[in-house]
Amino acid sequence: MTATGSSVINKIDFKQILQKYGIVFVLILMIVGISIAEPAFLSRSNIFNVLTQSSIFGIMALGLTFVIISKGIDLSVGSILALSGVVLASLGQAASATSKYFPNMGELPVFIPILAALSIGALCGGISGALIAKTKIPAFIATLGMMTIARGMALIYSDGRPISTLVPSLTALGGKIFGFIPVPVIIFFIAIGISSVLLQMTKFGKNVYAIGGNITAAEVSGVNVSKNLILIYAYSGLLAGLAAVVFAGRVGSVHPGAATGYELTAIAATTIGGTSHAGGIGTIWGAFVGALVLAVMRNGLTLIGVDAYWQQITEGVIIIVAVVIDMRKNAKKD
Amino acid sequence: MSEEKYILQMSNIVKTFPGVKALRGVELNVKPGEIHALMGENGAGKSTLVNCLAGIHNPTSGEIIYDGEKVGNYNTAQALEMGISMIHQELSPVFHRPIMENIWLGREPLNRFGFVDHKKMYEMSKEVLKEIDLDEDPKTLMVSLTVAKMQMIEIAKAVSYDSKLIIMDEPTSALTDKEVKQLFRIMRKLKDQGKSIIYISHKIEEVYEVTDKVTIYRDGQFIGTEATSNLVVSKLINMMVGRDVNEMLPKVKCPIGDIKLEIKNLTHSHLFKDISFTVKRGEILGIAGLVGSGRTEVIETVFGIRSSVSGEIFIDGKKVEINKPRDAIAHHMALLTEDRRLSGIFPMLSVRLNMVIANISTYLNKLGLVKEKMLKNECDEYVKKIQVKTPGLMQKIEKLSGGNQQKVLVARWLMTKPDILFLDEPTRGIDVGTKAEIHKIITKLAGEGKSIVMISSELPEVMGMSDRILIMHEGRVTGIVENTKDLTQEDLMAYATNTVA
Repeated sequence: MTATGSSVINKIDFKQILQKYGIVFVLILMIVGISIAEPAFLSRSNIFNVLTQSSIFGIMALGLTFVIISKGIDLSVGSILALSGVVLASLGQAASATSKYFPNMGELPVFIPILAALSIGALCGGISGALIAKTKIPAFIATLGMMTIARGMALIYSDGRPISTLVPSLTALGGKIFGFIPVPVIIFFIAIGISSVLLQMTKFGKNVYAIGGNITAAEVSGVNVSKNLILIYAYSGLLAGLAAVVFAGRVGSVHPGAATGYELTAIAATTIGGTSHAGGIGTIWGAFVGALVLAVMRNGLTLIGVDAYWQQITEGVIIIVAVVIDMRKNAKKD
Repeated sequence: MSEEKYILQMSNIVKTFPGVKALRGVELNVKPGEIHALMGENGAGKSTLVNCLAGIHNPTSGEIIYDGEKVGNYNTAQALEMGISMIHQELSPVFHRPIMENIWLGREPLNRFGFVDHKKMYEMSKEVLKEIDLDEDPKTLMVSLTVAKMQMIEIAKAVSYDSKLIIMDEPTSALTDKEVKQLFRIMRKLKDQGKSIIYISHKIEEVYEVTDKVTIYRDGQFIGTEATSNLVVSKLINMMVGRDVNEMLPKVKCPIGDIKLEIKNLTHSHLFKDISFTVKRGEILGIAGLVGSGRTEVIETVFGIRSSVSGEIFIDGKKVEINKPRDAIAHHMALLTEDRRLSGIFPMLSVRLNMVIANISTYLNKLGLVKEKMLKNECDEYVKKIQVKTPGLMQKIEKLSGGNQQKVLVARWLMTKPDILFLDEPTRGIDVGTKAEIHKIITKLAGEGKSIVMISSELPEVMGMSDRILIMHEGRVTGIVENTKDLTQEDLMAYATNTVA
């Protein structure tokens, strides 16, 4: 009797684990499948390659996790990356650059362009957040507007041209340390750590869940909803600024049309990772796994020689299937 | 009484919801050309009964004979086919479409090409509107109409279905006196055409003005049907509330201190006017009044959820400004809201986060990180203290029973260590056992010297718990009375309906 009892419990646990970590199993299956078809996938350099490829939209997905848990959306992160990026590049050009944005300026200490990128990102996000909090317009509209405005500002600022030849200390951020660990991956992991602590261990994080879970109840419970909304979008913008730093480091130049459509990839990563657009549900860990799923798929399908157009179709199917499974999981409660 | 004389005979209707027996074998008999009032306190079962009639619910058991024929289970569309229409308390028109499209929604007249025949729709709408003497252009957008007019359009829709039986659930709650008169005129006109109307209302004057018969329910039971003109008001009230008070927990007298909270002339732009009252330390002030009397709105305004036009709030004799719930919380107030799902729980979040959300700042270390251990211990303590039945703190709150959800919310507010507690329908939708436990907690809090304001629609609860009782009617205080032994439910109902002799 005890035996049957425990086996029933095991069965339930297994089902729960499968439900909770379903997307991790999908990721493992993908990795196993791709490795069998193309063993080179599991080489150290390729693994770091995948992680590097996931870092830029992955960092954005971390910010979007906060936004989407709070039942919002942020469409502006790609444009914010471009705006922060061109400003960063203009302040971080090497003395040897042929067309200098500021012809009479010497090389600045590297923290200045980085700080500028982060501040511009946070500011743009904060403005979206303030709009959402104060005018009550839908986040979709506020950030759609910010998306267009930031892109326009990036084009005006750069006069539509890429800004290139950055100082070595900036391009080093796109390089490797010890000859094999990519710096973008390190930055990505640090951002994961900070975001995770913010979301799980601070009052701000608890308020994010509360606002997405039931905004009326949050207000009644004394949560400063306006302030938190501004912070949520400012954080999303800040991470878009950080993504701009990584972008500039990797590419070595920033053009104002950069990162077009990245916001959708970041939203996809967050969504695949189980963050619910109905609000109140989601984790940083999920966003990381979601970003990996997309990066592994893109990298793996390329390795085994799947046509790029087919990759897009696969990506779309995965996003939809992930959300369908997620919604069924949440619907089962009733 | 031959069967032909009734358009509707409902008998032995039982309706159970999970955990609740809403109807315990009730009846309702309506004749053609009759305006028939349904009366009873909130929760008496009127709405459930008419929902069963309109096909929104199906009765668990019982018999419905409509137009001389026994009918089985049916849905709302079939009810409309049969000629039973319901005009809901809360209207849900398609706001930005014209009147005519609202009337013929889902059964638009088509021309021979299969396109919507707008001209025909317009003519048909004109006719229907004329039938109820409503002079509106069918092309007018719904959004530009008053609530009263929208209601009339709903009636027009019922007429367009050629309904023989029209159910109106508190149709006058949002209308002005003049609009009510117009509604009554239409009701009488429909009556003259031989149509029957089932009319749910809390307003005693209106019931006497417009109805022919009254059926009274209480606690899901049928109490009686009377001809309205033969029924005196006091008997009607008695039939509505006649419940045994002793089943409730008797109030334990505890020492009452100085005035803690004073509200002076609180006025809202349209919901209530000139509300003044005081609450002392250790006192339970009950607030009674019918739904829509402004009770909840007053409390929500004091707590900073709504804003007032004028009025002052004093705590310990000092004037305070409260513009947001967090101001109120900073002044050690707490509010258990009326609608647990709407403004209380975070359904998909854990019991623990639901408990601590109003009070996280207390558990932060110097770095601003939450002290998980301390928080967990505190939550465990409260779970034990008020006996929340949950498999664990990480359980999603939506999986708990309503009573246990309510206990979690009580814990949420107790953790903020409040001095003043506003409890809005603290035991609504909660089983009897948990109800008694919550009553015990409330009494205990008063014993600790906390000031408590408790809104309740259940008179026995108000009378069983309160030291004093404030009664509201249509946005005004009609009385504040000491809860003495001589006080009867009839007295309170008289204040609540503003029919004090």
